[in-house]
Amino acid sequence: MKGVRHYPGFLSITLLCLVVLYGPLLVVTAYSFNGSTSITQWGGFSLRWYIDVFTGPEAPRFRSAAWNSLTIAIMAAISATMIATAAALAMMRAGRFRGKSLTFALINLPLMVPEIVTAVATLIFFSMIGLTTGYLTILLAHITFCIPFAYLPIAARLQGIDDSYEQAARDLYASRTQSFFLILLPLMAPGVISGFLLAFIISLDDFIITNFVKGAGMETLPTAIFGSVKLGIKPNIMAISTLMLGVSVLFVTLSYLINRKGRQSP
Amino acid sequence: MKRLAFATALLATPAFADGELKIYHWFDYIPQELVDKFTAETGIAVTIDTYDSNEAMLASLKAGKMGQYDVAVPGDYMVQIMGNEGLLDSFAPTDLSNFGNIDPKWVDVPFDPGRKSSIPYQWGSTAFSVNRDVYKGDIDTLAIVFDPPAELSGKINALDSQGEVLALGSMYLGMPQCNSDRTQLKALSDMLLNAKTHWASFGSDTAKDVLVSGDAAAGMIYNGFSARARAEGANVEYAYPKEGFVVWMDNVVLLKDAPNRDNALKFMNFLLVPENAAAVTNHAAYTSGVMGVEPFLDDAIKNSPENNPPASAPAGEFIAVCDEPTQKLYDAIWTNLKK
Amino acid sequence: MAFPLLLPTWAMIGIFLLLPVILMAIYSFLTKEFRGGVVWEFSLAAYDQFFVNRGLFGDEPATLEWTYIGIFWRSIWQAIVATTICLLIGFPTAWFIATRAPTTRGVWLFLITIPYWVNLLIRTVSLKFLIRDNGPLNEFLMGLGVIDSPLPLVNTNLAVQLGLFYSYLPFMVLPIYAAVERYDFAYSEAAADLYASRWVIMREIIMPIVKPGIIAGCILVFVPSLGAFLAPDLLGGAKTFMIGSLIEEQFRGSLGNWPFGAAVSMILMSLVLMALLFYARSMAREGTR
Repeated sequence: MKGVRHYPGFLSITLLCLVVLYGPLLVVTAYSFNGSTSITQWGGFSLRWYIDVFTGPEAPRFRSAAWNSLTIAIMAAISATMIATAAALAMMRAGRFRGKSLTFALINLPLMVPEIVTAVATLIFFSMIGLTTGYLTILLAHITFCIPFAYLPIAARLQGIDDSYEQAARDLYASRTQSFFLILLPLMAPGVISGFLLAFIISLDDFIITNFVKGAGMETLPTAIFGSVKLGIKPNIMAISTLMLGVSVLFVTLSYLINRKGRQSP
Repeated sequence: MKRLAFATALLATPAFADGELKIYHWFDYIPQELVDKFTAETGIAVTIDTYDSNEAMLASLKAGKMGQYDVAVPGDYMVQIMGNEGLLDSFAPTDLSNFGNIDPKWVDVPFDPGRKSSIPYQWGSTAFSVNRDVYKGDIDTLAIVFDPPAELSGKINALDSQGEVLALGSMYLGMPQCNSDRTQLKALSDMLLNAKTHWASFGSDTAKDVLVSGDAAAGMIYNGFSARARAEGANVEYAYPKEGFVVWMDNVVLLKDAPNRDNALKFMNFLLVPENAAAVTNHAAYTSGVMGVEPFLDDAIKNSPENNPPASAPAGEFIAVCDEPTQKLYDAIWTNLKK
Repeated sequence: MAFPLLLPTWAMIGIFLLLPVILMAIYSFLTKEFRGGVVWEFSLAAYDQFFVNRGLFGDEPATLEWTYIGIFWRSIWQAIVATTICLLIGFPTAWFIATRAPTTRGVWLFLITIPYWVNLLIRTVSLKFLIRDNGPLNEFLMGLGVIDSPLPLVNTNLAVQLGLFYSYLPFMVLPIYAAVERYDFAYSEAAADLYASRWVIMREIIMPIVKPGIIAGCILVFVPSLGAFLAPDLLGGAKTFMIGSLIEEQFRGSLGNWPFGAAVSMILMSLVLMALLFYARSMAREGTR
């Protein structure tokens, strides 16, 4: 009975999505091989911008910016996902409690506050409590604004899972911890993965808040390239973006292969 | 060496402040080679953070970044604002052995008389450029952007910057800046609302791109930016309109609570060496405020039409810093224009 | 059980966001410092500016100020349209992914998120490059003979919507995917056996079950689009203020009025908060029924 899964047109819409998502990236990739300095002129195929990224005068800056961006995004996404998972369990499994609606509002607060306000207010706050801006302040700010992006998919998933599974496990003398890790977490996995991915791309993308709470000399990729993009993208930025895409594709391919191998030899 | 740079980037605040300099600068406005040269000459390690507008810089300094940077590079009116706000430290001309290299006409400037806190970095003008493939008529008047000919209507990009648009608009109508005359301001507001119907977009950072790509056939723009558009293949001509145009100057200022004040002064002194000032000009394509740079300039920049106004051009004007009640009127006009 | 699980959330958001936001709420009632910053003196000037119009010179009789209400209305409408487009396209996509074999679902999810490894600004600028009058898209369509003259896309609302869609699509797809993935197709089969059509099954059985995912997706797209300013500025031509650019101007722009920026944010947040609490209450009622 494959029929009930299939809805006509859904495949075409998905493909349309991919076309829209990847169209502009083709532009990025094509122009990273542009020999000229201008995005609007084609100056012949060239690898000069890739060489520039690795050996040019700004290479160390870009390298440390990419490193900061990736480490912050990974740590922020992991922390936010854990915090959000705990919160989702409380919100969806603990029945009604005082302040539940307010907690819901608090979890979504990072979504509601306009970014520039978060940026200015957080910087003022950090300097009031005497926290020196740097790597740590960026990480704290990122974890905070990633929480709702992780929470909403996880909670949506959890809402649909009947608690009879956990009840059954508890009846069979599983501890709370066991029933969580062995029963509930696997059931929640798609929500947790979705939440993690959203938190990760949100952290990777953030410019305004990072720009305010970062210390002098501390750069993430968005802060390192923002000015350049605004003045008209130079091809070296396109080359960096293409490299980032390459890293992500590599990452996906590896995880797919590992996953498949794991399934073949149980 | 690279490993070391990497490690310092990871540590938020290096414990020692000796031999360091922290610059808050516009993006891509100083060649990396020049920074490296400064480090080689003095042994001072330089950290550069960038901003994308004068106001963005002011906001982050006011929100808590004072004391993190030694020097910044604000535009003319922003020097005055920062001075009024008490964000600038001052120095004596004798602190800089190259102070005498400053072009005398840029020493007694209205925004920092006698240069107590700042030195000139680069200056240029703001007017507009026209794509000569689209429009071939005379372009020596601001009417091109405020009351455009049919060929250009709907193909104009305005700067997304209150100061420049309102100053140019005032010049077009022949009124002074920081004006509080009711009828004149009303006329200015009406003129701009009408002009906006001919505009395709507002954008400052995109001012060059829209001309190069052909999204706009004319646009308000900075002279060096227009030169870059021309270098990228757009057939654009930069105008010096007869009603006047905006002159601006970016300046290196000594920030209050600078953690490395001595090194900041060394850096400012370094920038006043003609060869170094010329290196900045060759990179940014504007004009230096230092005397004796000519032998070091690239020919293309020295002779560019954007940097050499025709003899018939009037003198440009700096954007004036208004008092609070007057500024409020201009803010209201701008908000009304974009509502 | 709720307390220890919620503690990390309360601590992180409570300290690093709620406290700063309370500070901003206070700022909205303070006197503005000329050119950014605040003076610690109570003032209602910011709210007065938002709601009361006294003419350009401040000496006309007070009437209701429509300027900012208009900006709010325009932004809210734009966010509604963007959310609807994301839903109409995101739901089928999420459904399609959730009905793939378990091993390939992960790959599809990554396919949707990979483009977001490239910065939003670069994506938006590239999109603009693609759709401009003499850009690749128009040249392609004209080459095919589909159109005679370039489609004017740049600086239109359509371009802004495309940009918002492009900015926020995964925020719709992933939560819906998470909800659809656990859907048990036995329900569909049972209904199909009773001669229910596909679309009846979709409406009557599937929708109620995946509703939490749809709502989560709508929140994640709607709220950020309200304050978005990159897409409206770069693709829409920035000819009119949106809420996002209005607030941005007060802090990072030439208007430099922090209390007013704070007040606009507070008004925006109150509206969103009311909508969210209304939703939370109705969910709570549903839960007890």
